[in-house]
Amino acid sequence: MVKKMIGTTRLKEGFAKMQKGGVIMDVVNPQQAKLAEKAGAVAVMSLHRVPADIRAEGGIARMADPLVTGKIMEAVTIPVMAKCRIGHFAEAQVLEALGVDMVDESEVLTPADEENHIDKKKFTVPFVCGARNLGEALRRIHEGAAMIRTKGEPGTGNVVEAVRHMNVMNSEIRDLARNKHNNTFLERKAHEYRVPLQLVQKTAEMGRLPVVNFAAGGIATPADAALMMQLGADGIFVGSGIFKAGNPEKFARAIVEATRNYDKPEILLRVSKGLGEPMKGTLLESDREKMQLRGTG
Amino acid sequence: MQGAVSEHMHVVEKLGHSPVWVRNKGDLEAIRALIIPGGESTTISKLVELNDLYGQIRRMGQSGFPIFGTCAGLILLAKKGDGEVKRTGQKLLGLMDTQITRNAFGRQRESFEIELDVGKMKNFPCVFIRAPAITKTFGKCKPLAKFEKFVVAAEQGNLLATSFHPELTEDTRVHEYFIEKI
Repeated sequence: MVKKMIGTTRLKEGFAKMQKGGVIMDVVNPQQAKLAEKAGAVAVMSLHRVPADIRAEGGIARMADPLVTGKIMEAVTIPVMAKCRIGHFAEAQVLEALGVDMVDESEVLTPADEENHIDKKKFTVPFVCGARNLGEALRRIHEGAAMIRTKGEPGTGNVVEAVRHMNVMNSEIRDLARNKHNNTFLERKAHEYRVPLQLVQKTAEMGRLPVVNFAAGGIATPADAALMMQLGADGIFVGSGIFKAGNPEKFARAIVEATRNYDKPEILLRVSKGLGEPMKGTLLESDREKMQLRGTG
Repeated sequence: MQGAVSEHMHVVEKLGHSPVWVRNKGDLEAIRALIIPGGESTTISKLVELNDLYGQIRRMGQSGFPIFGTCAGLILLAKKGDGEVKRTGQKLLGLMDTQITRNAFGRQRESFEIELDVGKMKNFPCVFIRAPAITKTFGKCKPLAKFEKFVVAAEQGNLLATSFHPELTEDTRVHEYFIEKI
């Protein structure tokens, strides 16, 4: 290896590892990005509208204007990620050309392809993808995702779906780990998950997802973040939870502190006090409203 | 702290030692050497300050306690920062006679791997991720590896710093080198 190598799996997955224990915040402009950086975010996620607004306003949700994302990149020194639509490899190409640090192929935006996800191995830029269960997570990793996050249910301020997805993934991984020497079982699972046996074996051997796994989709309070961390998340994505709260700055700081000290109730108590109104949130009535049911293939 | 903590702990364990994850002041009393991991340096420096670790780590470093900084850790160990460090109001530990620059090689798209000689360690696999680098060494600091116009590994008695991430490879030589400082 005399020559420089770029875009390797090690570099992509390594970038995700540097985010561990941190909070990644959704932002729609440079001012919000600066506030997030000041509050201690490890990275920001650029998007056109936060999920709560996408729900409220309807219409087609697409990649944010690259001019705005570019301005966010100039405004902060922490990494900048940006969302593209599921299967929309041209949006991903635009984001790579712009030089964002990671692309989120996200169910929060309106899917562009209902059959296929982006072939992420073709890109130099690393990708993060959402998943509801181990099968979805391993398929995304096989496609080249360097990081996984629970889908949860974006823009609801309701943590219940993120909890469900983390629990499902944990129990499916425990199942693999218990059967790590049972090749027939692992072969059956590889078939069920539609991924190579080798990836299933690796997961069984490690007893965890082979890439960094964050929690996302409905996290609105410091205690929500601590809950997800205790369930085994490597870090936290907060979408609407910060800038839809009464006092975004307070919430941002408190969620960063809670993620760091997720297992210390006395610190959680201190940071949870007097934050003001959290985002209101919404209970979904039907499956049609669920963003998590996008891109499950 | 935040970042690639478990990866370092894994290497330390592999070398037959027991790693401790330092998050608060009390944790510093239980250790014989400290590794400041890669992660977001802006975030890590805030956490170091917030949790009141700053003064104690600085005093420990000044009195000969072994400290190894990778990537973000290299920034925190430095005496002099760059414009970005100033802009974000980042507080440095100021232990090593180095001047550093953040994101010396560019953003994640420009992150790279390459084999370099690090001191006496030949062909070490170096993983650079949005890496900082040392633009100048002075005083007692000794460069260990160079790439392009930058110093990417350096030591100063009990202190060791690398721009790259040895914890992301199977090669444990840099960690072994550091542990010898105890």
